[in-house]
Amino acid sequence: MSDVVEKTLTALPSLLSLDSQPGSAKLSSTSKLGNLIRGITELTSKHEEEKLIQRELSAIKEQVSSPNTTMRQMKELMVRTIYCEMLGYEASFSYIHAIKLAQQGTVLEKRVGYLAVSLFLNENHELLLLLVNTVLKDLQSTNLIEVCMALTVVSQMFPKDMIPAILPLVEEKLNHPKEIIRRKAVLALYKFYLIAPNQVQHIHNKFRKALCDKDPGVMTASLHIYLQMIQENPEGYKDLTASFVAILKQVVGGKLPMDFNYHSVPAPWLQIQLLRILSFLGKNDQSTSEIMHEVLDESLRRAEMNHNITYAILYECVKCIYTIHPKSELLEKAAKCIGNFVLSPKINLKYLGLKALTYVVQQDPKLALQHQMTIIECLDHPDLIIKRETLELLFRITNAQNVTVIVEKMLEFLRISKDDHTTIDLVGKVAELAEKYAPDNEWFIETMNTVFSVGGDMMQPDIPNSFLKLLSEGFDSVEEDRKLRLFAVNSYISLLQGEPGKLPQRFLQVISWVLGEYSHLREDLEAAVVQRLLARLLDMKNCSSETKSWVLTAMTKLCEGASGVSVAQQVSETYSSSLDTVLRQRAQELQHLSQDSELRAKALPRGVGLEPVEVDSSLSFLDGFVSEALAAGAAPYKPPHQRQEELAGTKALSLEPYGLSLPISMSSCITDRQSPTLLSMSSGLSGDSTDLSHKGGSAALKLDGVKRVWGREGYLSHKEPVEEPAQVEVPSPVRSPSRQGEADSSHSRTPTLTPTPESDQEKQQLASSLFVGLGSQSSVCLMGKSEQTTQRFRRKAKGHSAASSTSEQMSNSAVSPPSTVDSLLCNNLLDSNITSELAVSSPKRTSQLSQGLAATNGTCDADTELLESDRKESKPAVITDSYVVAADPAPHADPDRPKDLDLSSHLPAELSGLSHSEITHLCTNQNLELSACHVQKEDSLLLIVFISNSSDSAVQQILVQVDSDELEVSCVGDSPVEVRSHSVAVCQYSLSVKRPAVHIELAGMVSYQLPAGSPQSAPFSYKLPLTSFIRPLTVSTEEYGTMWLAFSHDTRQNLTLISDDQEPLTATLNVLKRRLQLHVVEIIGMEGIVACRLLQDQPCLMHCRVHAGTLAVWLRSPVPDLPDCLIYHCQRALQGH
Amino acid sequence: MIKFVLMVNRQGQTRLSRYYESVELNRRAALEADVVRCCLSRKKDQCSFVEYKDFKLVYRQYAALYIVVGVTDSENELSIYELVHNFVEVLDKYFSRVVSSGPADGSRLKLFTQLRTRKRSEFSKSAVALVKKTFVSV
Repeated sequence: MSDVVEKTLTALPSLLSLDSQPGSAKLSSTSKLGNLIRGITELTSKHEEEKLIQRELSAIKEQVSSPNTTMRQMKELMVRTIYCEMLGYEASFSYIHAIKLAQQGTVLEKRVGYLAVSLFLNENHELLLLLVNTVLKDLQSTNLIEVCMALTVVSQMFPKDMIPAILPLVEEKLNHPKEIIRRKAVLALYKFYLIAPNQVQHIHNKFRKALCDKDPGVMTASLHIYLQMIQENPEGYKDLTASFVAILKQVVGGKLPMDFNYHSVPAPWLQIQLLRILSFLGKNDQSTSEIMHEVLDESLRRAEMNHNITYAILYECVKCIYTIHPKSELLEKAAKCIGNFVLSPKINLKYLGLKALTYVVQQDPKLALQHQMTIIECLDHPDLIIKRETLELLFRITNAQNVTVIVEKMLEFLRISKDDHTTIDLVGKVAELAEKYAPDNEWFIETMNTVFSVGGDMMQPDIPNSFLKLLSEGFDSVEEDRKLRLFAVNSYISLLQGEPGKLPQRFLQVISWVLGEYSHLREDLEAAVVQRLLARLLDMKNCSSETKSWVLTAMTKLCEGASGVSVAQQVSETYSSSLDTVLRQRAQELQHLSQDSELRAKALPRGVGLEPVEVDSSLSFLDGFVSEALAAGAAPYKPPHQRQEELAGTKALSLEPYGLSLPISMSSCITDRQSPTLLSMSSGLSGDSTDLSHKGGSAALKLDGVKRVWGREGYLSHKEPVEEPAQVEVPSPVRSPSRQGEADSSHSRTPTLTPTPESDQEKQQLASSLFVGLGSQSSVCLMGKSEQTTQRFRRKAKGHSAASSTSEQMSNSAVSPPSTVDSLLCNNLLDSNITSELAVSSPKRTSQLSQGLAATNGTCDADTELLESDRKESKPAVITDSYVVAADPAPHADPDRPKDLDLSSHLPAELSGLSHSEITHLCTNQNLELSACHVQKEDSLLLIVFISNSSDSAVQQILVQVDSDELEVSCVGDSPVEVRSHSVAVCQYSLSVKRPAVHIELAGMVSYQLPAGSPQSAPFSYKLPLTSFIRPLTVSTEEYGTMWLAFSHDTRQNLTLISDDQEPLTATLNVLKRRLQLHVVEIIGMEGIVACRLLQDQPCLMHCRVHAGTLAVWLRSPVPDLPDCLIYHCQRALQGH
Repeated sequence: MIKFVLMVNRQGQTRLSRYYESVELNRRAALEADVVRCCLSRKKDQCSFVEYKDFKLVYRQYAALYIVVGVTDSENELSIYELVHNFVEVLDKYFSRVVSSGPADGSRLKLFTQLRTRKRSEFSKSAVALVKKTFVSV
C-alpha cells in the first residue's frame, strides 16, 4: 500500500498548482472542529473522552438529519465525524450523508464527501453501490478536479461487480492530456487489477503505453501494476526487461526532474520498485539476468552516499543480485555491502544486514562464516529484535553438527520472550530442527519436553501430532524405537512425579498418550503405578476435559492387574456421571474394558496402533447391502448436486449462479491468455526457496527438495578442495574441547575474527560450535539440507500407508486412540470380510492355475499391466458377491476346463494384437459353452463371445442376444448361425456407454438348436468395469480451460496420495494414467490436470491438487454420473497400488 | 505493503490513523494501543523496527510524536523508515506556506487533523512554527 502514500505525496504538489489559492481561509478560534480537538486534548481520562465524543456525535446526528442543514454545514459536520471515527467511535449514521455530500456538493464539499466515503466504508459495504453513479458522473465531468476526485476514490475502493460500468471511462482517461489524470487512471486500473484481474486483461497493452509515458509520475504508477503482474507471471514480461533496465539507468543517472530527489538521491522508492521487478524477472534466467548486470553494478556504485535511503537501495540491490543468475563480481560487491551493514554501529543497518544475511546464507553459507563474530555479538544484543533476527539466521544455517548449540540459543530466547507470536514461530522451528538433526534420543526428548512446556497450548497442533507420529511409526531399527520410547516414558514418569500441575494441557495429552502406549516397555514399572499417576492428573483443577479424555483413554490401555483395575473402577465411577458426554463415553469404555481383559486385548491391541487405520472411503463393503436394497426396490443414490440439478430442472429459470469454474488458482492461469502454461502462483513459487516472503515455519521445510545451484563462486557443483577436514570428524564439538582447538584454528583464518584471546575465548568457542559444518566441504549439504546420513530421525519408508498427511497424522496417531468404539466397529467389519472371503475361497484355489493360464496367453502377456484392472473386476456376475473381495484375481475358470486355453487363439486376427481381458466363462448348457472377453480398441470396446461346441454334432440356429440398460450394443460382422462339432465360433459386439455406472452389466441369452432335439436357451451375464470404456483425451491446457468452464456435472473428493516417491503427485497421476488410461495434460508444482473421454466422445476432466498430504480431486464432465463413477475407480486404483 | 499509518503522542493517544486494509472500528483501538505500547517501550538506541504479530512496525519519533507504520514482512524496512521522514518533510514544506494566527495550544494536533481532511486552509502560524521546530530538531 506504499503506493497510496506515495500517490498522496506526489499528488500534493500538483493539487497545489490546480487550486488557485493555497490556503488563505483561516480557522477561527471558535471553529467547532477546533473546539472539539481542544476539548479532547484537555481531557485526561478515556472515560471523559468517550462522554465528550458521544455528546458530539449525538449533536452531529441531530444536525445531519435536519432538512435545513446546508451542504456547507454538512461538510463541516463530516469533518468532525471523520475525526470522531478516527478516534474509534462509530458514526454509521453519517455514511449515507457522506455519499450524499459527494453527490450533491460543490467541488470542495464534494471532496470532503469523497474523502469521508473512502474513510468510512470498506470494499464490501453495500452503500458503496450508491456511489457508482456519482463516480460515473464525475468521470465525465469537464472539471479536472472532479475527475481527479472520482479517480482517487475509485483507486481506493470500488465495488467489484460495478467495474464494467466505469471501465471504459477510466480507460479513456489513460489518454488524457493532463498527466495527473493519466496517473490516477493507471492507479485506478491497478486497483481493478488487484480485485478483478480478468476485467483488465484486454488493456495490458495500454499499461505498456503508460510505462513509456513521458511523465515520470505516470510511469511510476504503472510500475505497481507491473510488479504485481510480473510477480505472478515473470515469463510473460521478459521482453520488458530491457525497458526496466533503461528506466533504472536513467533514474540512477539522475535524468529525472529534481523534484523526485530525496536528500539528493534520485527517486529512491522508484529505484527500489524497479530492483524488485528486476529480481523477479532475472530469477533462474541467465540471459535476462545478463541484461541487468551492468545497471546493478551502477546502482551499487552510485549508492555510496552515507544516508539511510541509499542503504535501503543497497539492500534491495543485494537481494536482487542474490536472486538473479549469479555473476561473481557482483556477488563479491554485494557481499561487501552486507559486511558493511552487519558491522555498522547503526542499529537499523545492523538489522538490515542480518536480514540480508539470512536471505543470502542459503546461497552462500560462507558469508555467515565470515561474520561469525558479529553474529555472536548480535546474539547477545540487548535489543530483542536483533536477537530474534539473528536466530532466524542461525535457523537457516543449522546442521547436524551445530544443532545443539543453536537450539539451546533458541530455547534461551523462548524463555525470555513474552510475545505469543514469536513463541509460536520459534517453537515450531525448534521442533523442526530437533526432529531433523537430533544427535541422540536423550537430547531429542528433553528438547521436545522444553518445547512442549514453553510452547504450551499456543503452539501449532501439528507439533505434538508429528511428535507422536514419530514415536509411533518409529524408524528403521526396532531397538532404536524401543530406546527412544523407553526414554520418553522414563522422562514423563519423572515429570508426573514432580509437579504436573504446571504443565500445559497439550503436553499432558502427549504424556498420557505415550504412557498409555509405551509404559509397558519399562519392565520394572507396574501399570498400576502409572495408573495412579494418571489418575492424579484427573483431580487437577486446571485439567481440561479434553485432556481428561486423553488420560482416561490412556488408563483404559493400562488397566492390568487387580490394583490397576481398582483404580480404573474408581475413576470410571466418578466420570461415568460426568456432564461432558465425551468424558462419560470414555469412562464407560474404561469401565467395561477394565473388567473384560479379553475384549480389551481385542479393542486395544498393543503395538498395533502403529498401523494406520485403513479407511475404505468408497464404502465398497456396503456394495452387497446396496445391491440388496436396490433389488428390493429402493431408489438409487444420487449425489447431492445431481439432486439439486433435478430440482432446478423443473423450474423455468435457473436461479443458481453459474458454477465457479475452476479452482481459483487454476482459473487465473487458464483464462490468462498471456500464460496458459503457468498453473498458479503458488505452484510457481514453490520451486524456489529463496523468496524471503516464505519465512516462517514453512520456509525451511521447502529447502528439502530444492537444490541450490549456485553461490558466490558460481555453480557450487564445482566442489572446492576440502580445506577443513578436521570438522567433519567432530561429532559434537561442544563436548570435546580438545578437538575444538582444531576447529578454532581452522576458523581463525576467516578475516573478521580478531584474535583477542582472553575475553573472546568464550565467544570463539561459541562461534566454532555454531558455525561448525559451515566450511566449504559441507556447504553443499547445507544448502539443500540434504545430509541424509546425519539426519537421525528419518521416517520409515512405508508403502502407500505412509501417504497419510499431516492432517491425517492427527487422526491416525492422536485421535485414533480414544476411538475404542470405532475400532470395535472396524473389527466387526473385518470379521464380516473374513467370512465373505471364506465364502468365495473355492474359486480362489484356482487362482494359481489361472495365473498360469494368463501367462501362456501370448497376446495377453505384453499387456498384462494394462489389463490388470480389467482382469480384477471382470469376473462373471454369476457370483456377484465375490466382488466385495475382488482383490484376488480369481477368474471363474474351473480347473477341469483346459479348453479356455486356446480360446484366445480364436480371437479374430485383427484383434489379436490388442489387449483383451481375461476370457471368462459365461454359461454351459449341455454341450455348448459360452465364454467372453472384451477387447479395448482405441475408439471402441468390443465384446467377444466365444461359443464352443464340445458335442459331436453341429449346433444350429444359434442366436445370441446381448442387452444392457447402460449400454448401446451393436453386432459387428456376421453372427455365426451354426457351430460345427468340437469347434469354436465367435460373435463380436461393439459396446458404447449410454449411461455411466461403476460397473456395467450385460445380460444375454443364447438360444440354439441341436440337430436332434428341441430348441434350447440359456441366460448369461457379463460384467465389466467402466474403466474399459475410458480412453485418454489429448487436449492442451487452453482447451482444457475452456472445456472445464463448459461442463456442469462435477464431483470432488480427496484421494490417497502415493507418497513413497520423490514426486507424490506425479507418481499418483502416473498410477492413474496407467490403470485408468487417463491423459495427464500438465503437472505444475502441486497441481495437475488430467483428461479422459468415455467412449465415444464424452470428455471428463480432472483437476488434482496436493493438499495437506492428500490429493484433492475435482472431476467435471458433461455426462451425469460420469465423475462419480470415475472417482470410484480412481480410488480403487490408488488403493490397489 | 503498508498496512496502516499511525501518529500517536507519548501518552499513547492516537492523533491520526489511516488504514489501508480494512480493520473493524472496534478492533482498531485495541490494535493501536498494542502497537503504541510496542513502540513506546523501546529505547532510543534500539532498532526502529519491531516485529508485531505477522507483520512489522516501523516507527520514527519526532519529539513527543511517534509515527508508526505497519508493513508486511517482505517490505524494505529502511525505505519505509525514510518514507516517514519524507512524509514529514512534505508536511513541513506544505504547511509552512499558511499564514494565519491562532492559539498555540493543541495546534500540532490540529495540524494533523487538518491534514487528514486535506483542508489546507485553516492553520495557525504558531502551529507551523511548532511543527517546524519539532521536525527540524530531530
